[in-house]
Amino acid sequence: MKEAVHIGRNPSSEPDLQELVGRVALGDEDAFASVYDAVAGPVLGVVRAVLRDQAQSEEVTQEVLVEVWRTAPRYRPDRGTAINWILTLAHRRAVDRVRSVEAAAARDHKAALLERTPEFDEVTEQVEARLEREQVRRCLRTLTEIQRQAVTLAYYRGLTYREVAEALTLPLGTAKTRLRDGLIRLRDCLGVTA
Amino acid sequence: MTTADLHRMTGAYALDALPDEERATFEHHLAACEPCTQETAELSATAARLGLAVAVTPPAGMREQVLHRITAVRQQSPGPLATARPTRTGLRARQLSRWALAACLAAAAALGGTAVWQHQRAEDALRQARAAERQTDEIAAVLAAPDARAQATTLDGGATGTVVVSRSQDRAVFVVAGMEHPPGGKVYELWFDDGGTMRPAGLMDPARADQAVLLRGAVDGASGMGVTLEPAGGSARPTSEPIARLGFPA
Repeated sequence: MKEAVHIGRNPSSEPDLQELVGRVALGDEDAFASVYDAVAGPVLGVVRAVLRDQAQSEEVTQEVLVEVWRTAPRYRPDRGTAINWILTLAHRRAVDRVRSVEAAAARDHKAALLERTPEFDEVTEQVEARLEREQVRRCLRTLTEIQRQAVTLAYYRGLTYREVAEALTLPLGTAKTRLRDGLIRLRDCLGVTA
Repeated sequence: MTTADLHRMTGAYALDALPDEERATFEHHLAACEPCTQETAELSATAARLGLAVAVTPPAGMREQVLHRITAVRQQSPGPLATARPTRTGLRARQLSRWALAACLAAAAALGGTAVWQHQRAEDALRQARAAERQTDEIAAVLAAPDARAQATTLDGGATGTVVVSRSQDRAVFVVAGMEHPPGGKVYELWFDDGGTMRPAGLMDPARADQAVLLRGAVDGASGMGVTLEPAGGSARPTSEPIARLGFPA
């Protein structure tokens, strides 16, 4: 995942994100500004894919970035790259928000869910990180239809596997398995190593 | 839930597709499962690629706002938690904060709705409250399950405890009435009895004499449950004799 550190920029001219986060952990505000420049776009992208609402997404994105600042001293490089850590934080925050907002709503209506089944194109309307996007798109095509729908519903819509099962009319165990084998296929296609 | 089931949850976990309770169960399992840890790390990294693929350009003003906000935010100390595995300590802290936040929410509610939203913690508290609502729904689902079976007992001090188990839901609810408050600095902790081995199943609210608690995690073949008095925050293993022990009805 080293390449992900230099999202959309010339790798040779960018300091390493990992190293920057290490400096942020020591209270370096300039390093944080560089981290912001590297990750704000992906963070907002993740949050907006899940929340859909621009104003809420910006609010949550700011919270995530402040959280990066606050918790940087506890970031452990041996547990994963900095960009993974940050995007995991972002996704989790967005998912928490969407679940709390929708808990009372008609989220469990299957029809409503299927209506919102994402087309990958729909969530990749922006032009940044074009190569990354193309590669992910290409690899998503290597998944079976069910795998692809399960993975994208979970990641880009913040559905639980139970909701994925309901939306796709799958048994619970199958939904879990599709999320796993879909992601494994994606991992292998993208050549991801932890 | 069997171990094989847990192994299969790596994908759902990496995609944040596990409900809160199951996420906690899985994280507990993760601490003891090296292959799962490796796979989970790889799948989380894969999920992050899905995130990178949808990067957008943030609005121009956000940078300045965030850089300004952090000047007022104190950073965490590296602290002992930095070296802890993402396991029991984390779960315990979360359980503890649930109560702390509930108390915070109650205090904030007294200040009125606007104040609630202005308080940074309030949103977390609200989320917790909603999680509590969800838990209420889950409790109702167990109690209403067609195969729900109950077993009652009398606790020391005259409280009555009833456990309701639904095999189809694979969940159990402990209902207690007239429970004495735990002594200061202590809590009642619930346990699944896995053939004599006690598995942590969450904490009771120390402030309430009457309550229904969804046991954390799946029944997963447990033969019964127990209640012990533990130091605040709970323990990974019982540190005292159970004050109640109930076999699950067949």
